[in-house]
Amino acid sequence: MNYKLVGNYLGKVMVLLAAILALPVIIAIIYRDFEAIRAFLITIGILVLGGIPLARVKFDDHKLYAKEGLVVVAISWLALSFFGALPFYFSGEIKGLVNCIFESVSGFTTTGASIVPDVEVLSAGIIFWRSFTHWIGGMGVLIFLMAIVPTAAGERALNVMKAESPGPSPGKLVPRMRQSSKILYIIYLVMTLIETALLLFGGMSFLDSIVIAMGTAGTGGFSPINGTMALYNSAFCDGVITVFMILFGVNFTIYHLLLLRKFAGALRNEEWVTYLGIIATSTVLITINLTASSVYETAGEAFRYAVFQVASFMTTTGYASIGFGNWHAFSKNILFMLMFVGGCAGSTAGGIKVSRINIMIKECRRTIGQIVRPRAVEVVKFDGKPVEKSITQSVCQYGIVCALLFFATVFVLTLENLDMESTFSVAATAINNVGAGFGIIAPGGAGLGGLSALSKLTMSMSMLLGRLEFYPIMILFAPRTWKRV
Amino acid sequence: MNIIIVGDGKVGYTLADQLGMEGHNITVIDRNEKNLRHTMETLDVMGVLGNGASSSVQMEAGVQNADIVIASTSADETNMICCLTAKSLGAKNTIARIRNPEYMAQLGMLKEQFGLSMTVNPELEAAREIARVIKFSPAAGIETFSKGRVELIEFRLGDNCLLAGKKLSELHLATDTRVLICAVNRDDEVIIPDGSFVLNAGDHIHITGETRDISKFLRSIGENEGFKIRAIMIVGGGRIGYYLAKMLDDRGIDIKIIEINEARCEELSDLLPRAAIVCGDGSEIELLESEGLEDMDAFVALTGFDEENLIMSMVANHKKVPKIVTKTGRFKYVSLINRMGIDTVVNPKMTTASQIVQYVRSMQNSVSLSNIKTLHKIVDGKAEAVEFAANGNTRHLDVPLSKLSLKKNLLIAVLVRAGKVIIPHGKDSIQKGDSVIVVTGGSHHLRDLNDIFSEE
Repeated sequence: MNYKLVGNYLGKVMVLLAAILALPVIIAIIYRDFEAIRAFLITIGILVLGGIPLARVKFDDHKLYAKEGLVVVAISWLALSFFGALPFYFSGEIKGLVNCIFESVSGFTTTGASIVPDVEVLSAGIIFWRSFTHWIGGMGVLIFLMAIVPTAAGERALNVMKAESPGPSPGKLVPRMRQSSKILYIIYLVMTLIETALLLFGGMSFLDSIVIAMGTAGTGGFSPINGTMALYNSAFCDGVITVFMILFGVNFTIYHLLLLRKFAGALRNEEWVTYLGIIATSTVLITINLTASSVYETAGEAFRYAVFQVASFMTTTGYASIGFGNWHAFSKNILFMLMFVGGCAGSTAGGIKVSRINIMIKECRRTIGQIVRPRAVEVVKFDGKPVEKSITQSVCQYGIVCALLFFATVFVLTLENLDMESTFSVAATAINNVGAGFGIIAPGGAGLGGLSALSKLTMSMSMLLGRLEFYPIMILFAPRTWKRV
Repeated sequence: MNIIIVGDGKVGYTLADQLGMEGHNITVIDRNEKNLRHTMETLDVMGVLGNGASSSVQMEAGVQNADIVIASTSADETNMICCLTAKSLGAKNTIARIRNPEYMAQLGMLKEQFGLSMTVNPELEAAREIARVIKFSPAAGIETFSKGRVELIEFRLGDNCLLAGKKLSELHLATDTRVLICAVNRDDEVIIPDGSFVLNAGDHIHITGETRDISKFLRSIGENEGFKIRAIMIVGGGRIGYYLAKMLDDRGIDIKIIEINEARCEELSDLLPRAAIVCGDGSEIELLESEGLEDMDAFVALTGFDEENLIMSMVANHKKVPKIVTKTGRFKYVSLINRMGIDTVVNPKMTTASQIVQYVRSMQNSVSLSNIKTLHKIVDGKAEAVEFAANGNTRHLDVPLSKLSLKKNLLIAVLVRAGKVIIPHGKDSIQKGDSVIVVTGGSHHLRDLNDIFSEE
């Protein structure tokens, strides 16, 4: 293990975090929250004091192998979660360090589950910071670092990108890693700004629209208000949020292809076609179900709420446009399943990812065919290209690991003795980075504030595991990582 | 520039590494997913999986916007189709590796018909390199600048060399020639020497100067005196062996080729009527001895096996053959081989890659501000000798060199002004239009002549 290199990266991430904390400071100054300014400044001080000496660690060995890539990402994210929690802690607006860490992890991992009982009493700076963590965490902190610091990763940067960005095989957009990261962040920023402008136009306040836009962009789900979007009572805003949730769940490579006017290449991508197909089918099913079970009077109304909730769960954003606790079990179960499907690889969404689900289903079909005709040879194809055995294997293993970690989280959460609906949806919301759910976390439910510290830390761990796609965090606990042989 | 490299073998990888480091955007195409993944994980390049000669794969790699497409797969025909396709899809320049000697005669036609900007023949390049080294018998390696006007020669100071124990400042008095010692490799450490540096026996030194001055210098220190290569033994009659023999034959050197394959021996004897062709296994030491290894002036090991080449060369070294050249395909640690008494190691793949890199650089100069004309990596890549063109953007023109503050571990070795070679002194200055050859031992990565000045 190249400790010096890992230390250097950690230092750089800390300095970067200190720099981006300047934004919430500006917001806090505008809204004159002096307590919050103090909290941010103390955090910046700690980060600078700790980060600069670390970032100055010289590493002679520039080799950044797969192992170092994973460890750098995992350690950076643990550090982010901890230091990102400090403004909440020092401002005293969220009580208890465990709660602060939970909120910070929930932010960076773009989960959006909150332990704050009353969001509306928080100061503007803190609300902004909470949602800004979504924005940064959605695309990835180290990718951001690579985009702005020239020598941050060098030649073997792919090992870092692989560990941080979601999906089975993240590709670069252009040959240069740094250029790739820049393009990604520019697309991301522009889309966020467009959404902010549209929401402002829809009548939201400046702070609300920027907070909701950042929550949508990172597919996070922290909201500046206690209730659902019903408060704004605007079909236009609901529509804007729905569309942008769906857009941020698409692989960003598609946008790059569209910008380059390579429409054929974009259309050939199987993943987002499947993704849109799943959204459409789920919406139709839920609309019919809600109309038939007469939860809403008209099909139009049912559609409006169905499509919002489907987009929110599928992209693992976790906003709610209406209380859905009273929905038919059929509809609720569809939403529950969508949590595990998640968005596209290479987007900001969580979950297992559409491409993996797609490959898993094809692999199942192939296996069944193999049982019927043992000598038949059949390859699994994706995007019209054969998928290598090692990839289908690792995709299927990913599903297994996901199931195991899900049940491990459920196992700890059952100590709370909640009803099964709550327990399962809390575990699913954590591991898939969704933020919404049923039972206690449904709109109007009791919320997570009452859980024990053990449950909160377990959920935090589970969120980090889900965001980094399990392995980076898991290898931290594997003795082999730290052994020399 | 946007560069597409087809074929992710050793040449392709080396090219991607070097050109990527020089700031180009590299896309590599290969059919082998494992190779490609390794390249993508270790270098900052993009990989495209597929047959590089197919247009759809080339389109995916962005051939329309490519400045250069380099075809370096193992098959000549693939490389040609590849370049033809790339050219018709809009690539600006194409470079193909073409190695089959049967195509050499029609190379001009091929270049024109396929629109190739450059072709490289690895075996021919390797043979040229060996022939160059053999010209100066004590030299372990030779690089050239300014279209061959200036040479950079590496050689090892023998145990009873006149120079040992001398300060460099005394050198001019001792030898009365116009050459410059610009880099010294002592115990695997690169030193860019100044006047107070004292030479030791066993040092590998790099000297620059005009060809005739270098010959004069070598003669004056007793290295070249009365010693001209007249008889050479080549083991391995493959393509390199053939090209080399042909070149040396023209210089009137007696050649003995040892080749294991009987049919090939007959072919060679037909192609090289004046050379002695021996059919036998060169790794049998007795055969080498019975063929008079001890009386040879030079020994060149060119079989397809690195290990055998090394062993044979060690035998030749033991028999005190003055000049030994070894070919290697994989072995990277040249300094390790040097320590075994074998001065010159030639790697055809590296030679090919560096030929192409040189070409790309010269092309770069015509389109951008960077003013590198030639760049040679010396001393196992630990030092660089770079030739720059001084132009209007160059700072500190016409300032005497003694007044300039240069970066550490860096030396202005030669100025070429209007075809005249100048070994600069403190009073000389860089003038507009000069070629400036700089030797640097650090990791400066000079990209522009202005990079040599320290910022204070």
